[in-house]
Amino acid sequence: MTTLTVPPKTTSPPARPRASRGGGGKWKRRIPLLPALVFTIVVTQLPFVATLVISTFQWNILKPGDRHFVGLDNFSFVFTDERLRTAVLNTIVLTASVVIISVLLGLGLAMLLDRRFIGRGLARTMLIAPFLVMPVAAALLWKHALYNPDYGLLNGTLNAVYRLFGADNGPTVDWVSSHPMPAVVVSLVWQWTPFMMLILLAGLQAQPADVLEAARMDGASALQTFRHITLPHLRQYIELGILLGTIYIVQTFDAVYTITQGGPGSQTTNLPYEIYLTMFRKYEYGQAAAAGVVVVLGSIVIATFALRTIASLFREEVSR
Amino acid sequence: MSAATTAAAPGARLKRLVVRRRDDRGGTPRLSPLWTFVAWLTTLVFFAPVAWMVLTSFHQEADAATNPPTPFAPVTLDQYRLLFGRDITPFLLNSAMASVISTVLVLALAVPAAYALSIKPVQKWTDVMFFFLSTKFLPAIAALLPVYLIVKDAGMLDNVWTLIVLYTAMNLPIAVWMMRSFLAEVPKEILEAAEVDGAGLPTVLWRIVAPVAMPGLAATSLICFIFSWNEFMFAVNLTATNASTAPVFLVGFITSEGLFLARLCAAATLVSLPVLIAGFAAQDKLVRGLSLGAVK
Repeated sequence: MTTLTVPPKTTSPPARPRASRGGGGKWKRRIPLLPALVFTIVVTQLPFVATLVISTFQWNILKPGDRHFVGLDNFSFVFTDERLRTAVLNTIVLTASVVIISVLLGLGLAMLLDRRFIGRGLARTMLIAPFLVMPVAAALLWKHALYNPDYGLLNGTLNAVYRLFGADNGPTVDWVSSHPMPAVVVSLVWQWTPFMMLILLAGLQAQPADVLEAARMDGASALQTFRHITLPHLRQYIELGILLGTIYIVQTFDAVYTITQGGPGSQTTNLPYEIYLTMFRKYEYGQAAAAGVVVVLGSIVIATFALRTIASLFREEVSR
Repeated sequence: MSAATTAAAPGARLKRLVVRRRDDRGGTPRLSPLWTFVAWLTTLVFFAPVAWMVLTSFHQEADAATNPPTPFAPVTLDQYRLLFGRDITPFLLNSAMASVISTVLVLALAVPAAYALSIKPVQKWTDVMFFFLSTKFLPAIAALLPVYLIVKDAGMLDNVWTLIVLYTAMNLPIAVWMMRSFLAEVPKEILEAAEVDGAGLPTVLWRIVAPVAMPGLAATSLICFIFSWNEFMFAVNLTATNASTAPVFLVGFITSEGLFLARLCAAATLVSLPVLIAGFAAQDKLVRGLSLGAVK
């Protein structure tokens, strides 16, 4: 919701070669833009300024009389706190695994769906369903209907398969307690693979047919065509998928809140959830704000790459 | 971004036809039976949890929590009946109000802005675009504390309008980017010709801009609606009893009633239904929206 102020240097092309008619014309053009701009600045930038200010205070609402300026103390706390370091690590592990796995699965599915087969349209519709299920509902569904050790679908299916082969009972795995991080990752991969698939499928279908045709005529094998033509063409789309996915998945709150509450211990506590705990369980507003500032700085790094990619796509479009 | 999208240059138009043909007619290679099997198997694995959720929602509690699973148990509407008996309605209404009103506000702000970024662009309009985009990139959690404090001071906790304002801000950058990408497709030559002929602004907007912008407007509203309908973090932290939305109902439902698997599945199905329907109906628009108009 807040912003960074490093717009990449887009060499703005002379958008429309039309002479503006003096200052009055300029303002006439700006007027339709102003409400949206002012609203965005007020609602997204002011809170960030407030976060910066709060981050320099010792402020716990359980100790109301004791609110005072402490300079950078909260930041030195944030950088040395064991829990926060774990949260940073968890955030990286969670985000990286979800993004990488869902891009790979999405790529595979997109390549299958790029070909014709029986019921392709139906398969595509069914595949995007996981992305359309409300994230909180999806998390609850995985936790209670699938992962539950006693009657969840996973153990239930295992059990049924074991019985089919004559064994008495299948193993009873408590998926969430014994594999907390993979449990969260799998539920998120399930939701995000369709997103990656849609973007990559759009990329595959935008491949110029004549180039593929020419490659075939020249006797290129399927693998060669993929490596030397399809993959370079898809690169932008893969980058876009990774970056957009990263932006959304770094912020994961619903799944952690619902499936594991960050536990056991703090094994699945990511940064958003840790900040939430600092704010609404420990009531350490100053520390929460400082952690928020750190998250913002981390996001700026990701966002700079993201903006650069989007800027290059955007320039291509504008200059056409 | 795809080579197939600009309407202006004749070359580009030609390319679009080529791409279309590859997709629609015989140009696309067929999948071998083995790979068709793989494709369908993967599809079914991905779809299984959704199918299981819907199926369980039509079962009795006793049939829902069995091991091994009993998918062919008799079906019933009891769970849905119970849900409405347990007052899910106010939550759905809050969700509908927050999503619909914020979407309308987003469009009211974004459409004029997109106009000033494409058809009659301000100077440095690309910088403005990237300013909007950058607000989307930083985590909402960093804004939660100040937003919470301000909202509390203003006495606006547990108020749907608080969510409406936040969702409007959350979706505005997406809408500006999407609407700009649609409005940029309005053919310049026709706009200029209309101006030379002395057509007034209302005529230009209605006759030339609107026909191109309408599908864009639909796609943009869809995406904004989905994001606000699903939003959880602000909703759970800023509302209590009056203004809670559907996702908050779902988590509260678990803690207050213990576990009723079939009823949980019914609730999960019910709250996901609007987005599922809208998403299925507008599949082709989904990609463009999710990629902020970058992928068409």
